[in-house]
Amino acid sequence: MATQPFLDISDVTVAFGRSRVPVLNGIDLKVARGEYVSVIGHSGCGKSTLLNVVAGLLPASGGGVVLDGKEVSDPGPDRAVVFQNHSLLPWLTCYENIRLAVDQTLSRTMSRKERDVWTLENLALVRMTHAKDKRPGEISGGMKQRIGIGRALAMKPKVLLLDEPFGALDALTRAHLQDQVMQIHAELGTTVMMITHDVDEAVLLSDRIVMLTNGPNARIGEILEVDLPRPRDRLALVADPRFIAARAAVLEFLHHRHAAPGLAAA
Amino acid sequence: MNATVQTPVVAAPAVSLPPPMPAPSLGARIRPLAERVLPPLMVVLALVGLWEVVASGPGATLPPPSKVWTDAHDLIVDPFFDRGGLDKGLFWHLLASLQRVAVGFVLSAIVGIAVGLLIGTSKLAMRGLDPIFQVLRTVPPLAWLPLSLAAFREAQPSAIFVIFITSVWPIIINTAVGVRNVPQDYRNVAAVIRLRGPAYWVRIILPAAAPYIFTGLRIGVGLSWLAIIAAEMLIGGVGIGFFIWDAWNSSNLSDIIVALTYVGLVGFALDRAMALVGHLVTRGTATV
Repeated sequence: MATQPFLDISDVTVAFGRSRVPVLNGIDLKVARGEYVSVIGHSGCGKSTLLNVVAGLLPASGGGVVLDGKEVSDPGPDRAVVFQNHSLLPWLTCYENIRLAVDQTLSRTMSRKERDVWTLENLALVRMTHAKDKRPGEISGGMKQRIGIGRALAMKPKVLLLDEPFGALDALTRAHLQDQVMQIHAELGTTVMMITHDVDEAVLLSDRIVMLTNGPNARIGEILEVDLPRPRDRLALVADPRFIAARAAVLEFLHHRHAAPGLAAA
Repeated sequence: MNATVQTPVVAAPAVSLPPPMPAPSLGARIRPLAERVLPPLMVVLALVGLWEVVASGPGATLPPPSKVWTDAHDLIVDPFFDRGGLDKGLFWHLLASLQRVAVGFVLSAIVGIAVGLLIGTSKLAMRGLDPIFQVLRTVPPLAWLPLSLAAFREAQPSAIFVIFITSVWPIIINTAVGVRNVPQDYRNVAAVIRLRGPAYWVRIILPAAAPYIFTGLRIGVGLSWLAIIAAEMLIGGVGIGFFIWDAWNSSNLSDIIVALTYVGLVGFALDRAMALVGHLVTRGTATV
């Protein structure tokens, strides 16, 4: 028997309500352990819908998702999600936000003291130890997102699901956080599935880029292997012909063959 | 240098600290306070002055402030006297009213939050109960009093019931809105970390809805205070409402004016206190 892929999304179709045209149609994607896969597409193409299906937050109308040999039927900490708008609980401090997730997911395997240490360790991993007693309202957007990433990693997930994690941030903060995520990915070897609409981000971070056609009825249009060596350095890559070629391929797909529906009509 | 002298170990700051700010002068410290206190103070003085002029005229029906001061001097300076019966200082009347409000309001807070959580969660409960609530909440507080007296046959529980039935609606409605408005993001977080059952309610839903709940409680405590004054006028006994009614019957207009001032101040204090509790309990996510 052939080895099973770590994350196996097979023939996933999602239709809302009584609509006859599905949002996503027959998505097939296999992700290896430790791989960093990005899903890119125009807004409204169903990228986030796909992520929600993998997270178990949304049931698929057809097809299914298998993670590490287990079928996904409901949300769980093995598929930790970093939400686009951070989704920190405003009445808890940064430490408490992570600690809640740790207590909830690891209390069977860790003692109280170990959970405290583990929470602090994850705060340190995202370099937020200095703000551990601050509430989300008191820190910047980039810091909130770092806490969100720390919270997700603290659950020891099998796969980390990032839903446009840097979308709401300014360019400098975004670059900084992308570097951190790259570093964490290199350190921990986490499997990552990231939703994005940023071409540079996708090329910089990913091993493979999955390009979705326009919704509704979105399918996988193309999958691009990004064979840039790691660790990657954003400054060195700017002039790298492989980076430029990969970037051009994604741009060509998004803006030529599958231009945004609103723009194509104009 | 003596060898026994130990050099104190001090963690050196990585960055040199900026020079300490010069201590602000007395004037600079008082200024913000004065800016907030002076305008209302001046408005009050102007209004009292206007009142004095208008009420000192020959055909005036209400006493001017100077007459209020001389008439009700004892009442103003000593709120704590107690000569038995109903002849007590305003403190005792206010205390009696506040006790009724406390009992009625605590009951309505418990029932209101519980029912609010129910109709905020269950569509069926909302469809069944909401129309009834929308009708009942428009019934004026005093309209409940005759029924209440008929049912309880005693003044005290009737008054408490009137407070309860007046203040419970905003608590129910605000709690329900708060629960319905818990962002999907928080629910998703709870789902991912598998927070379920009572823990889900205590750790996600209640804190997320708390700012709404405290808005309801604040409106509720204000309405309770409105209702108790009116109810006490009818049921009698010790209480600030009856004090006012009694003063009217003995034509002590000055006493009424003093009592009204106290009623206003206590109502204001109740509202602020509720806002403060909300701010503390919700850890700053509810606005003061």
